[in-house]
Order: sequence, then structure tokens, then C-alpha cells
Amino acid sequence: MSETHPSREPPGFPHRHLLGIEGLSRGEIEFLLDLADVYAAKDPRDHQRSSLLSGYTVINLFFENSTRTRTSFELAAKRLGAEVINMSVASSSIKKGETLIDTAMTLTAMRPDLLVVRHPDSGAVSLLSEKVDCAVINGGDGSHEHPTQALLDALSIRRRKGRLAGLTVAICGDVLHSRVARSNIYLLTTMGAQVRVIAPPTLLPAGIERFGAQAFTDMRAGLADVDIVMMLRLQNERMQGSYVPSVREYFRFYGLDQEKLASAKPDALVMHPGPMNRGVEIDSELADDIDRSLIHTQVAMGVAVRMACLHALLRGEEPPEEGRA
Amino acid sequence: MAVPGTPHRVAYINVRLLDPASGLDAPGALLTEGTQIADLGPRLFNDGLPEDAEVVDCGGACLAPGLVDMRVQLREPGEEHKETIASASRAAAAGGITSMVGLPNTDPVVDDVAGVEFVARRARDEKLVKVYTYAALTRGLGGREITEIGLLHEYGARGFTDGVKPVGNAQVMRRALSYATGFDTVILQHPQEPRLSGGVMNGGELATRLGLPGIPRLAEVMLLERDLRLVEMTGGRYHASLLSTAEAMEAMRRAKERGLPVTCDTAPHYFTLNENAVGDYRSFAKVLPPLRGESDRAAIAEAVVDGTIDAICSDHAPQDQDAKRLPFAAAAWGMAGLETLLPLSLALVHQGRMSLLELLKRLTLNPAAILQGRAALEPGLPADLVIFDPDRAWVIDPDRFLSKSKNSAFDNHPVQGKVLRTIVDGRSIFTLSETAAAD
Repeated sequence: MSETHPSREPPGFPHRHLLGIEGLSRGEIEFLLDLADVYAAKDPRDHQRSSLLSGYTVINLFFENSTRTRTSFELAAKRLGAEVINMSVASSSIKKGETLIDTAMTLTAMRPDLLVVRHPDSGAVSLLSEKVDCAVINGGDGSHEHPTQALLDALSIRRRKGRLAGLTVAICGDVLHSRVARSNIYLLTTMGAQVRVIAPPTLLPAGIERFGAQAFTDMRAGLADVDIVMMLRLQNERMQGSYVPSVREYFRFYGLDQEKLASAKPDALVMHPGPMNRGVEIDSELADDIDRSLIHTQVAMGVAVRMACLHALLRGEEPPEEGRA
Repeated sequence: MAVPGTPHRVAYINVRLLDPASGLDAPGALLTEGTQIADLGPRLFNDGLPEDAEVVDCGGACLAPGLVDMRVQLREPGEEHKETIASASRAAAAGGITSMVGLPNTDPVVDDVAGVEFVARRARDEKLVKVYTYAALTRGLGGREITEIGLLHEYGARGFTDGVKPVGNAQVMRRALSYATGFDTVILQHPQEPRLSGGVMNGGELATRLGLPGIPRLAEVMLLERDLRLVEMTGGRYHASLLSTAEAMEAMRRAKERGLPVTCDTAPHYFTLNENAVGDYRSFAKVLPPLRGESDRAAIAEAVVDGTIDAICSDHAPQDQDAKRLPFAAAAWGMAGLETLLPLSLALVHQGRMSLLELLKRLTLNPAAILQGRAALEPGLPADLVIFDPDRAWVIDPDRFLSKSKNSAFDNHPVQGKVLRTIVDGRSIFTLSETAAAD
């Protein structure tokens, strides 16, 4: 599955943390995807007794509610034989800065091997990584990055289309607030895909063209001849007149339905990071169309990608295959 | 007369053709067929009149595209005792106006698709002038949440504005301008910094003498300059309504030089009257923005002449007697303007300051273009026309207005220029009666 090219660096993942996609090389991304591919190909029951991370402790530290990302990381760590502890920290009651540093100190004393951190503030995970002496994976920070989501999206695309380079991918919706959009733009442009962003002008962040993405405010024009349509979630409170006038208007102009999808290539695939607002950003029937929708594949790939990330950061020297245990 | 099955044809002969779009200003004739302009020109009918056409000899009067009035308060629904779409349409027709756009500040506010459709349906019922509406820029004119600009634009809202209420919140205006770029529509704002606008007349010496709270002149340019910066940031198309001060003209000139997508209008009272019209607490001269000092009046007139001001609107704001016969501070804002728009504007031509063709550009071509329409003498376009005598002198008598409301500060004001006939979609909807012509 690997896309070989002359400038490929030596295999491996020479980073202590995975804080974002920005700055990763094509070779590093490919290394993670290839590793994830191995895990994705395995029967999940084969992992039950994997001991790659036996004796390792992974802490899921979530300052923001999440079910699927936390579960996905938990499952990934357990399948590799690690101990997993889940910590949810309500960030509303205490001053956030204090909580973050205090928590980091407390956790360091517990000597975990890896922290998976999600935080509502952009940059908070990076700050925390400077204060602990273990590996850190960014599970999503504010509107900044969500690297494992971009990796699982890329893996889903690569497994279905066979490649990333040369594909045209449209990312549609609340690009302004989306960490998923940012990580995907970094990843896809690094891998040689053409990226478009489609949003109402109020939800297009300033300077987005400088990221190598082409911006559109007309969805039909933006979807013309694309291979992949990646929808983003739009939070309800942003559709009541601040950024967008109403749900009705948003669905009319920016909701994905069969009619708008007709502008894309006939075999274009539809993706969504979840959780979906059916009837807001995506037509319900379309979301369930197994010929077009990659949404369930994305969830399945999530575990494989997170296993690969844990593996790369904690046991990078080990080959992916240690026999079918 | 027309043979059944063939469109009705009317030949307007012996006219002075005035078309700001092409620059045509020449004697000639024009033929309408059904609802459209069929042909026109200086030599039309040189080979004889068509036999099947109705012939109207205009006796050398001017024939131009009908006036497009981009700022009218219709008062229907909600305040039908002041004006209705029917009465406003009759007044507009008498004023040579063939298209007008209502502000959304009715009761209920036009902030949803049903409101836009209501105005369209009532206008169809009346079959007089073409009546359009703006939609509110923010829900309920509350200044906080933007309306469904995309859907309202599709249903025919001609632009978005909170009418007489400026949007003071910079973030709301920024997002509105930005959002509207997705739909190629225009945002209109009467710029006046809300926090400085607690007064009832122009701030200054006269307000002090009268003991009335003033609205400082700078309230206008402050909000205008803020908006122009937001236009620069967002690329949104913006129209400043009812400018009244010299500083605002300077700001508009600079913005246009920088190539920003901005236009502006004023109303005849701002280049005809100054604050002295308020005189002895005369509430008929209470308008928003307030009438300014003489140097501002002169600056506005100059800006109309040099083209800084793109359009002249009537700012028709009908008020009943009860709303105006009150102590000045308590009286309602605005004056009726549909029937005086053309003659008051023509004063700039009679003063020798601008050509008739240039003036008509501000009353027809330009406002139509701002609203993404077309007002010109071109075959194939709707036959929306005005025939007028630019020189006929008369004295304004608000009691004879067809508008339901008679609130004008121009009572007994001598003017020149009289509308003789107004034609919409090829049909005469107003013809000056012989008794009125004898005035």
C-alpha cells in the first residue's frame, strides 16, 4: 500500500510526541499509515493477547467531553496490552491554566508512559507536553489540530482509493473552528492531494489559501469533480444568527445532499468525522449510503490508526508484525 | 387598437429621449409593444407611423426611464393609517417613479420569506408601480442575529438593511458583510453611531438656542468610516443611505478611490434645506439624519453633482398629523417624498450645476444598478418610463399629495418640473389631469 518515492526518509517516527500534523514529513505520515494498515488488516480478535505494550501505562486525559475518541484510544491501547486509565477533568470550575499545570505535575508523579490529551484551548496540549516527562498524543486541542483524526481519514481514503496523491478533496463546513479541517489540510497537502475548503464566508478563516487550500463559498462550484467530500460538524449555537442565520438556510446552501453531490465525480466518497447533525450538514440517507459514505470505515480505522500511533511513539524500534499472537 | 392576439403597441412621438445608459439626449420617438420597449430613436417613424399602434403625441416633453426610488417606507403592514402599498403606489406613479423599494421596518418586520412574499403579492394586486422590499439585516431589527440572507435573496429581497436603525455592533456588521459576499447582494446602512444619536436635530448653535438635544455631525462619518474598514476587510458590497455631511463625502471619495465596492445616496432635503428649516420647532422638518448646517447642505449638493453620491432617493417617510403635531422632541421622524423627488432634484439642473442626463442617472440608472436591475431605454427592456416637462413651474401643496400622509417641509415651496405620464410595463399608470395641469 505504501506510496514509494525517491525522497523517502529512513522509516520510523523520530518524534517523542504527536502534537499535530503540521511539520510532519511525507515519509513520517506514510510510516504511520503503513503501520496502521497492518493493524487495520488484522482480525480484531487477534489483538486480544498482544503484549507489545504490556507493562505500559496510557492515561486518557480529557478536558473536553468525547465518547468516540476516548473509546477509540482506550480500545487501541488495550489491544496492544497496555494499562489504560481514563481521566475526565471538568475544566469549567477551576481556572484553566492552573488546572492544566497542576494536573501535569500530578500525572508526572504517577509515571505514565503516554498521555492522550484533549483540551478545549488551542495550544494547551503542547503546553502540557512541556511539563511532563512522557510521550503525549494530541487528542484534539481547541481549533488547532486533531492529528489522529486526519490520519484515520487519510487511511480510510487510501484503503478505498489506493492513494492520496493526485486526489481532490473538498472539506466543507465550519472550517473556521475546525481542528479536523486544519489537520486534514496539512496532511493532505503534504501527501500531494489537492485540497479545497467550502464554507459560508463567515466560516472561512483568514488566510486559508496560504495553507495550500483553494477556498469556495459556492458549494456546487467547490464540489465540481472532487474525489472526496469531507463534511464538518457545525455546532448549533453557530447557526442562530451569529455565523449562519439558521439551520434551514445552512442546509439549503451548505448541506450535502444528492443534488449537490452530483457536481462531484460519480465515484466520489463522503466522509464525516462525527458526530453528525443529520439534516443540517448532511442528508440522512446520504450518510447511510454504503456506496458513497466512508463514515463507518472512518470509525473502524480510528482504532487501527491509534494503535499505530501508540506503537510508533512507545515501541518505534519494533516491527509492526510480531507474529499472530 | 390592438388586434386580439397581438401585443398592444404605443408610439410616443415628439419626445426628447433621455437615456443616461447610452448618453442619448435627442428629439425622437419610442415604441412600446406589450410590456416592453420595442424601438426608439431620433429617426423612428420617419417612414410613417405604424397603423396598429396607439399614438401619443408628447408635445416635446422629456421621456426617460422611470425613476427608481431605493428608499421608501411603505407602512404596510402595520401602520396602514399612514400609508398603504396602494396609496404609496399611486403617489409614486404621480412622482414619475416606476420602481421603489420599501424598508423592512413595518409591523411585522420583513425579516423572513413570508414578509418578502407579502410585499410582492400586494404589489401584484395593485398593478401600479413595481414595489420591492429590502429584508432586515438582523432578526427583528434587533442588531444581533443576521437574517436568512441567502433564502431572502432568492425570494427577491433587493438588499439587506435595518432601515432607520443603524447596526452599531461591529462584529455583527462584519459577519453580515462577509456572509453576504456568498450571495452577491448589497447591505445598506444609514450610518450614524448609535451611542451618539440621542438627539433630535443637528447638534450645534441652533440646537442650543432651541434647547433641543443635538446629534453631532461626526456621528455619521464615525460609523461610515468603521463600515468602510469592514468593507475593506470582508469584500462585502455596501451602500450608505442618506448621507448628510461633508466629512461623509470625503470618506466616500477616498473609499471609491481605493476601489471599494461602495455606493451611497442622499435625499432631496439634504441638498435643498438646512437646519434653519427647523426654525420655530417645525416638526415637519424633523428628519433622520437631521438637516445639517449650510456648509453641509452645499457639500451634499456638490457631491450629487460630482457623482460621489450615486443615487437620490425620496426617503419617503409618511407620518400622520398626530405623529407630527407634537412638541419637536416627541414628534415622529421623516417626511413624505414620493411626489417631490423629481422636481426638487431638478433644481440642480435649473441652477445650471449639472445636465439633465446626469441628474437622471442618479434617479434611474444608478439606483437600478445598485439593486442589480437595469433602467435604460433599450429594446427588450420593460417599458418603465416617465414623461415629464422639466420646466413647468408649480408650488408644492402637500394637501394635494396622493400619499395618505401630508408631512412635507416643502409646503409652498416653488419648484420646476412636472410629471405628465408614468408608464409601467407599457401601461400608463398615471396621466396628469387637465385640471391639475392648469395649476
